[in-house]
Amino acid sequence: MLRLTNNPGTDTALKLAAVACVMFAFVFVVMVPLYDVMCDVLGINGKTSGSAYTAVPAQVDTSRQVTVQFIATNNDGMPWVFRPEVRQLTVHPGEAVDMLFHATNPTGAAMVAQAIPSVTPSRAAAYFHKTECFCFDQQPLEGRSAAEMPLQFVVDQALPSDIRTITLSYTLFDVTDMTGDKIAAR
Amino acid sequence: MGAHHHGPARGITRWLFTTNHKDIGTMYLWFSFAMFILGGAFAMIIRAELFQPGMQLVEPGFFNQMTTLHGLVMVFGAIMPSFVGLANWLIPMMIGAPDMALPRMNNWSFWILPPGFLMLASTLFMEGGAPAFGWTFYAPLSTTYAAPSVTFFIFAIHVLGMSSIMGSINIIATVMNMRAPGMSYMKLPLFVWTWLITAFLLVAVMPVLAGAVTMMLMDIHFGTSFFSAAGGGDPVLFQHIFWFFGHPEVYIIILPAFGVVSQIIPAFSRKPLFGYASMVYATASIAFLSFIVWAHHMYTVGMPVAGELYFMYATMLIAVPTGVKVFNWISTMWRGALSFETPMLFSIGFLVLFTIGGFTGLMLSIAPADFQYHDTYFVVAHFHYVMVAGAVFSMTAAVYFWLPKWTGRMYNETMGKLHFWVSFVGFNITFFPQHFVGLAGMPRRVPDYALQFADFNMMSSIGAFVYGASQILFLYNVIATIVAGEKVSDEKVWDGAEGLEWTVPTPAPYHTFEVPPKVDTAAAHG
Amino acid sequence: MSFKKSLFVAGAAMSSWPLLALAQNQVNMSPGVTEIGAEIYDLHMLILIICVIIGLLVFGVMFYSIIYHRKSRGVVPAQFHESTKVEIAWTAVPFLILVGMAVPATSTLLEVYDNDEAELDILITGYQWKWRYEYLDDSGAPVAFFSNLSTSQEAIYNTEDKGQNYLLEVDEPLVIPVDTKVRFLITANDVIHSWWVPEMAVKRDAIPGFINEAWSKVSEEGIYRGQCTELCGAYHGFMPVVVHAVSQEEFDSWMAAKRAEKATELASASVEMSLDALMSEGEAIYNTQCVACHGAAGEGGVGKAIAGSAVALGDINTHLDVSIKGVAGTAMQAFGGQLSDTEMAAVITYQRNAFGNNTGDVVQPADVASYKKG
Repeated sequence: MLRLTNNPGTDTALKLAAVACVMFAFVFVVMVPLYDVMCDVLGINGKTSGSAYTAVPAQVDTSRQVTVQFIATNNDGMPWVFRPEVRQLTVHPGEAVDMLFHATNPTGAAMVAQAIPSVTPSRAAAYFHKTECFCFDQQPLEGRSAAEMPLQFVVDQALPSDIRTITLSYTLFDVTDMTGDKIAAR
Repeated sequence: MGAHHHGPARGITRWLFTTNHKDIGTMYLWFSFAMFILGGAFAMIIRAELFQPGMQLVEPGFFNQMTTLHGLVMVFGAIMPSFVGLANWLIPMMIGAPDMALPRMNNWSFWILPPGFLMLASTLFMEGGAPAFGWTFYAPLSTTYAAPSVTFFIFAIHVLGMSSIMGSINIIATVMNMRAPGMSYMKLPLFVWTWLITAFLLVAVMPVLAGAVTMMLMDIHFGTSFFSAAGGGDPVLFQHIFWFFGHPEVYIIILPAFGVVSQIIPAFSRKPLFGYASMVYATASIAFLSFIVWAHHMYTVGMPVAGELYFMYATMLIAVPTGVKVFNWISTMWRGALSFETPMLFSIGFLVLFTIGGFTGLMLSIAPADFQYHDTYFVVAHFHYVMVAGAVFSMTAAVYFWLPKWTGRMYNETMGKLHFWVSFVGFNITFFPQHFVGLAGMPRRVPDYALQFADFNMMSSIGAFVYGASQILFLYNVIATIVAGEKVSDEKVWDGAEGLEWTVPTPAPYHTFEVPPKVDTAAAHG
Repeated sequence: MSFKKSLFVAGAAMSSWPLLALAQNQVNMSPGVTEIGAEIYDLHMLILIICVIIGLLVFGVMFYSIIYHRKSRGVVPAQFHESTKVEIAWTAVPFLILVGMAVPATSTLLEVYDNDEAELDILITGYQWKWRYEYLDDSGAPVAFFSNLSTSQEAIYNTEDKGQNYLLEVDEPLVIPVDTKVRFLITANDVIHSWWVPEMAVKRDAIPGFINEAWSKVSEEGIYRGQCTELCGAYHGFMPVVVHAVSQEEFDSWMAAKRAEKATELASASVEMSLDALMSEGEAIYNTQCVACHGAAGEGGVGKAIAGSAVALGDINTHLDVSIKGVAGTAMQAFGGQLSDTEMAAVITYQRNAFGNNTGDVVQPADVASYKKG
């Protein structure tokens, strides 16, 4: 066995201290990324992929209909008016659907928002693909102005057959104070 | 340390600079008792406020500070250090070693504890008050929405974690390197075994806790978003990391307790421990399982059903090795020649109440039923049955059991028995009705409650005051023993006790086993 | 309450325990009013009974030993210390019992996670310290409202008698039709909350930024009460859930009334209101929304004092700003999205004229609307 020093007690202690350091690092370099991967795979919290889905040309399954509901909420202190164009859409799996969300910044100051998507039932998250989404980037908006924020999505044909309604929720966070380098830290 | 046999230095420097495992053990024990009283005082405030419906004594915000500090102080200040103290006193004596492997580190690991707790307690006097987010400190309540004192809380956790890690490293190094010739692993007393496994758990998970609070610190002060959805993080990630530490932590608290009763029950049954090898394997499997069941604390966060099922099955499995332990203790008693001195009473109390806590634990593992139990007083009752009746009762048993060896004086048996009965009755009056209010729908961590819970809460509060008061008896008994207890000089204070610590003179001299003992290869483990 | 009276109450409570414990105090889980609830209750009872039986056996053996294997009876201790057969048996048998428990547990869990179509979708959002309910439907103006604790501060602080539903009553309950599968979409605005109604067997965490779902099909009309079950800050104990389960007809007429109410509210936003009208509505809003943090006499607490405060006595725009946008990093929330313009106008008018803040200022709904527009 590897010996670090002549004193066996110190030797054991140094090895254990190394284990402790490894465990500390484990939290940052393994648990956090692993959790993100697990979220993508299992749809924990209904998280969907944070980047655009490259549409695979596929047939539209016209024999099946899925209802997609849209929810827009503001997190604490977010003064924007934020709502979906329509409450819900009926779509066929495989079909690329366009959708709009409206946002208005009623305050006098320019602000930056970040929309966080979440899909329920969480099992459906892995089958809900966004080919284009305003949630991929932060959304700046000048004071007293409005914007239309586009979303394009495809519901995968492989969506489990017992799921007939998918709810997509966007929570709008005020990230004006955390733009720039700060956000890059994560 | 030279070749001379010498006693301790005099005055305060003896304690400040000591590297003697017995001195350090003593300091750990007294420190943890002080923390037990402090955490108990917080509990008394909680129970006084909950004595009747309505807000009487404190404001809701302060109530939350009390529940938070009660949990933190009891877990990190009372239970964990008390078992480290016991390990310090006993492990060298049980394995035939002259001291711990790293005596100076031993001194540091104790002496950083009091400043750590001073820092934690000082938050009570800060603007915005002490941490008020529960001992589980879920984000974002503990990050974005916390009082400024959270930074001190984070540093306090770091310090306590450091202390635990150093203490554990010391214990592992001691057990691995300092055993007397002939003391093979499968001859180690069970207390040493359980502590060895506990120490490995601590080295593995305390850094995880340190990682979690470091992430909080970064989120609060350095603009990262580990736990905030706004920047791409996730508050649920915090819960996963916390419980990845937290579930092993639960076993860190209870495994040494298993070790203690595995020493005491055979002694007063005058019969060897039943199934020594299976006890060791059961302890190891409990430790292993503790790493793969954490999310059973989070059944209601909305995990995918596959995750719920996995965590439910894995958690239910823990009942098997735990059951083995209980069956082994009872088989040890079976056809023994039992006597019921105070340590045995506390051990039997442990056995009965821990088993009840184990049953409620099994109930809680059933995910669909947990939707109704989760975060109610049923959970509060469950974990107090395993933590108080488990860890604290066994610790109390340990003090009564080894006190004569440590001090050379016998405690007052009548008062010890009285202490047991008052504690036992008080404990059950406090926590048994909490099962009822929990099932009936009372959430935990609330400063006030609906009228239908009033009777049981009043009962609970009265029980808590009784249990609290019984600790004064304990303190008095211990001090009276040290000062004026009846002298004992038999090496073997208890006729049924086995193990190397009972071969040294009573009271145990300042230095023991400077010449390693010869361990009889035929002798069974203590 | 005086000490003497406390003692009396304690004494009375103690003397009546044996009776009360059986007669009035609920000691077990409620089977509730849903199929799932009944199933969970059965599961709970099954496991409880198994545990009790095992417990009786184990403790029976132990107490037999305690009674008959005492040193004082002069017994000579046996020296056996292992038995492979017995040890294998008590590892295997519990394992099989656990498998037996896992079967019904799994089937119940799968039913809880059923994704079948719901007939009504309700968005539940947890706020510090209240719930917001929104009925999701196709219409452009969905019915949405906040549900606040309606127990008075006087009752909480013991200067007034506590009613039967102390701490379990709200100003506006959630209304759902019976025999209808209702899906709850659950999220939170600030910290993590958890929405629980024991009798509906629904408990699900409300997590800011993410959405969870749960469903329920209530079979009996009635009022069902629950509470927040995740520590969410100082007033965690004061955000109950109340659900009225009513017949479909009643539900429809309630819904129609809510829609009409909403329409009137929109219309009233442009109407000038008198100081008295604003003051009386403002007082009601203050006592549900503000009182917990700012005190019944505006003396402050978790929040700053309002009596004599610079904000309430100073520039109206600052007052509007704080009330509408909140104060970042404090418990002061952005109420702009929580109160209608009329409610906001009323409560600000009230704060500027109550507690000795006699500014005489009148803030109209239109002022709030124009402030919001900038």
